[in-house]
Amino acid sequence: MELCDLTAWQGMDMVSRGEAKVSEILESVLKRIDQVEEKVRSFITLTPDLALRETKRLDEKVGKSEELGRTGGIPLAVKDVLCTKGVRTTCASRILENYIPVYDATVIDKLKREDMVMVGKTNMDEFAMGSSTENSSFGPTSNPWDLTTVPGGSSGGSAAAVAAGEAMWSLGSDTGGSIRQPASFCGVVGMKPTYGLVSRYGLVAFASSLDQVGPITKDVRDCALLMSILAGHDPLDSTSLPGEPPDYLSSLREDIRGLKLGVPEELWGEGLAPGVRACVESALRLLEELGAMVEFTSLPSLKYALSAYYIIAPAEASSNLARYDGVRYGYRSEESEDVMEMYSRTRARGFGQEVKRRIMLGTYALSAGYYEAYYGQAQKIRTLIVRDFQSAFQRFDLLVSPTSPTTAFKLGEKVDDPLSMYLSDVCTIPVNLAGIPAISIPCGLDQGMPVGIQFIGKALDEATVLRAAYSLERALDRRFLPPLIAEAGES
Amino acid sequence: METFDVDHVAWLSRLELTQEEKELFGKQLKQILDHAEVIKSVDTSGISPTYHPIPLKNVMREDVILSSLSQEEALSNAPQREGGAFVVPRIM
Repeated sequence: MELCDLTAWQGMDMVSRGEAKVSEILESVLKRIDQVEEKVRSFITLTPDLALRETKRLDEKVGKSEELGRTGGIPLAVKDVLCTKGVRTTCASRILENYIPVYDATVIDKLKREDMVMVGKTNMDEFAMGSSTENSSFGPTSNPWDLTTVPGGSSGGSAAAVAAGEAMWSLGSDTGGSIRQPASFCGVVGMKPTYGLVSRYGLVAFASSLDQVGPITKDVRDCALLMSILAGHDPLDSTSLPGEPPDYLSSLREDIRGLKLGVPEELWGEGLAPGVRACVESALRLLEELGAMVEFTSLPSLKYALSAYYIIAPAEASSNLARYDGVRYGYRSEESEDVMEMYSRTRARGFGQEVKRRIMLGTYALSAGYYEAYYGQAQKIRTLIVRDFQSAFQRFDLLVSPTSPTTAFKLGEKVDDPLSMYLSDVCTIPVNLAGIPAISIPCGLDQGMPVGIQFIGKALDEATVLRAAYSLERALDRRFLPPLIAEAGES
Repeated sequence: METFDVDHVAWLSRLELTQEEKELFGKQLKQILDHAEVIKSVDTSGISPTYHPIPLKNVMREDVILSSLSQEEALSNAPQREGGAFVVPRIM
């Protein structure tokens, strides 16, 4: 194992004990990038010079016995959907290929104040629309566990980078599962916070009532640490919740005795791979041994969640993406006769297929004559889903499910069949519709590929979600390291 | 389900699609909408819609002057600019 294979908190411990320099940890990460990036392709843009400059500054800080910020200068990767001042931010789209933000997203600003060392901007499905990172104008990312499979998506680059040790933690965004599903596919931890807990200012909008920024990490402790930095009110985001969030590190207790866990039948049926079922079942038994009560339950409206989501999310996207018109920033198609032609050509050439498909779907669902039947009805179903969760949380402390019905699928397998691609998010989507928090942590392997288990909590009850995940992680007592890392170590 | 007029929706979306894309999207969108038909079967009479998952309303801040982007910064990503303005092809 190299330094880059440590968790972030282990790296920080080594620095504080004087056993490693901040710059040595970065060197280890950069060396790993050299070794594996050609195969994995986690990044759209690498920023090693920026990172080296920062670690030099932080080494000096340590030399003067000054305390480091809470990220400890541990190398972090950022999904290319978050604005980074002076560093191009593409959303994996041709339309933003040369876009250089003039401001930082609030989460980036917060991390910079905590001595962030950013190694690069990670690959993703264009505008976060997808479940495999294959919808990127910069080419797909591979899953470090098996290079012929997808890393999941849309935050596939962020999950793959952490799994491969190309970054020690990362940021993703989650609209329907885009943090949790790739975390599950790559054998790492990923959390979608309560809607409104983490600022969306500077997060390029996909579906504004569903999007949340969250951490992708190697373990639950790192996740809690990053959550403590990211969470909190932001006056620049009008959907940001007021109040001070707790210190999530203090919720990491190994004690889930008496905790009531419900398993929604609706997330446990159709399409669930036998190997995934077996892994999650054995994790549930382990949770029972730890003193939790596990019971199957039903949230009947969840069976409509996927259909409602694929009306609501594209509807919001079609409105949000109207801003890409070739006027103020981004790509413009030249040689147009008039401005209307310029809009239509710019958008037709600048956007990829999945983005165009969803803009069309959303535009249709919002168009005169269809609005009430599709968008209006989907938003009412959303109310039923919120109510089902509310009543489930009167009986249970948490809900538990597989994160995705299968392990990582093959590159190219679902690319021509959008509907089957959408089904890989069937367990994660209801959580976004209800605006509640959830985490995915690895709970085993099925034929050598990681399986994720999802814990879902009440709004703003990240603490209980983290506590259960931490307790299970400790009881499983194993690190999930892809075979690629062993190979990189030998070369 | 109802007919899906690809040309009309593409026009509303400001997307100049190729003939191939029109055929492909027409087929795929019909498939996705067929799947979404199931939501029409749900009885939602008397249920109000949820547009947003959190009940925040009328978010205000103090009326104080904060810094904003300079003209140069605001124009720095423009495909075409002139004299402090964005340039577009003719409108009429």
